[in-house]
Amino acid sequence: MVAEADIQSAVVELLRRTVVKLPSDVEEALERALDAEVDETPTMQLKAIMENIKLAGEGNTPMCQDTGVTIFYVTLPKNCEIDVERGIIDGVRRATSEVPLRPNAVHPITRKNPGDNVGDGMPYINWKVGSNDFIEITVMTKGAGSENMSQMAMLTPSQGVKGIKEFILSTVVRAGGNPCPPMVLGVGIGGSSDICMKLAKQALLRPLNERHKDPEIAGLETELLEALNMLGIGPMGLGGKTTAIGLNIEYAYCHTASLPVAVNVQCWAARRGTMRIHPDGRSEFLTPEE
Amino acid sequence: MTKRLKTPLSENDVRSLNVGEAIYLDGVVYTGRDEVHIHALEYLEKGKNIPVDFKGAALFHCGPIMRKVGEEWEVVAAGPTTSSRMNSLEPQFIEKFRPGAIIGKGGMSQPTIDAMKQYGCVYLAITGGAAVLAAKGLKSVSGVEWYELGMPEAVWILNAENFGPLTVGIDTHGKSLFADVSDKVKENEPAVRERLGLKK
Ligand code: SF4
Repeated sequence: MVAEADIQSAVVELLRRTVVKLPSDVEEALERALDAEVDETPTMQLKAIMENIKLAGEGNTPMCQDTGVTIFYVTLPKNCEIDVERGIIDGVRRATSEVPLRPNAVHPITRKNPGDNVGDGMPYINWKVGSNDFIEITVMTKGAGSENMSQMAMLTPSQGVKGIKEFILSTVVRAGGNPCPPMVLGVGIGGSSDICMKLAKQALLRPLNERHKDPEIAGLETELLEALNMLGIGPMGLGGKTTAIGLNIEYAYCHTASLPVAVNVQCWAARRGTMRIHPDGRSEFLTPEE
Repeated sequence: MTKRLKTPLSENDVRSLNVGEAIYLDGVVYTGRDEVHIHALEYLEKGKNIPVDFKGAALFHCGPIMRKVGEEWEVVAAGPTTSSRMNSLEPQFIEKFRPGAIIGKGGMSQPTIDAMKQYGCVYLAITGGAAVLAAKGLKSVSGVEWYELGMPEAVWILNAENFGPLTVGIDTHGKSLFADVSDKVKENEPAVRERLGLKK
């Protein structure tokens, strides 16, 4: 039997792993970026990033001081009776002091900081009910430097794919060096204003080396990524060959009269973690890989 | 070529630097973000005592994760924050407090570039997010001021040793690496647009 305490401890461990180690697809993409650079400045930036990743792993410390806000994606088994929400909230609280995570969550108006990353609506949890017998929990610890560069637009259907490309291009140019490039771009197309923003963030959960299952969308992902890397923003916006190490698109059907599009900007520290908690209480950590 | 400099920086040191140079710092480094800028300028206006001397200092745009071990503070992670958030406050801060270097990420806008030229201050870019590497160069903590602003917003007084690598992003000659890159990006944009099948 899974108990609430198991969830809590597993969430602390998941958060620790997530802020300390990058998923292998992200690390590999960064290594390739380092290989591709020839100039001194971008090479130095990427070397510093790789050295930093190594030091974080060795010291079991967060790779970046901005451990973000915690956005969860949970799939529950049918008839789940335990209070997973409590477990997650208490887990975040404990992780904040134990890992430690930086206390980032503040009241949006008073800016008061409770100090434990917990407040109304934070951690934010997206719920789904699945058909497995385990609880699957994915967390994204999302930093502000990159998040602040995110944008959405309500395009008109006549603007079409060109409009979408224009919007993504202008978002990346505007972001420049701010989101700690090489960046990852999560693009959400369709749905409604709120749905496309959610899709954009969800797109960041897909490994960078996995293309969309729809070949047309997959083609668009590749085309956009290649084109954006011709911009020359480079690591940390100091110039160079790699501006983005990944671009994932997710879409949803939308109203015939609208074309919402959103870009969620992610930094090189594209942290995400996934675990499963099995009915016998055993937790299995999938991402980042051991 | 890599230079090693010691804080507080002399105006000579600062004015000898050029964009693109890599440097390492030794000596005291202060952290300060939005709130520290606002606070310091307010204190100055009201004639209140400011607990640290920013003259020739290295001001690090950073909200670190700190840990108290016994009585001592320790730096856990200390990467830079986005400097452009301080764009509206920095020119005045430089004029009033005369720091020698601002350390951060992403670069700063023209009024800051102008203030740096006029008063002798450089912008040093440190790899964003590389917080553990940065912490490695911040050997110890001498103290903290304005802690009531919160852990990330307080002024942490840190002792740097071989802190870097830092890239001179803005020098005292009015040159900005970030402006150069954004000019290049503008030059590259037509080719990118063509590749995407967009109008030039
Ligand atoms: S943008 Fe990402 S890597 Fe940069 S400081 Fe924020 S969380 Fe860290």
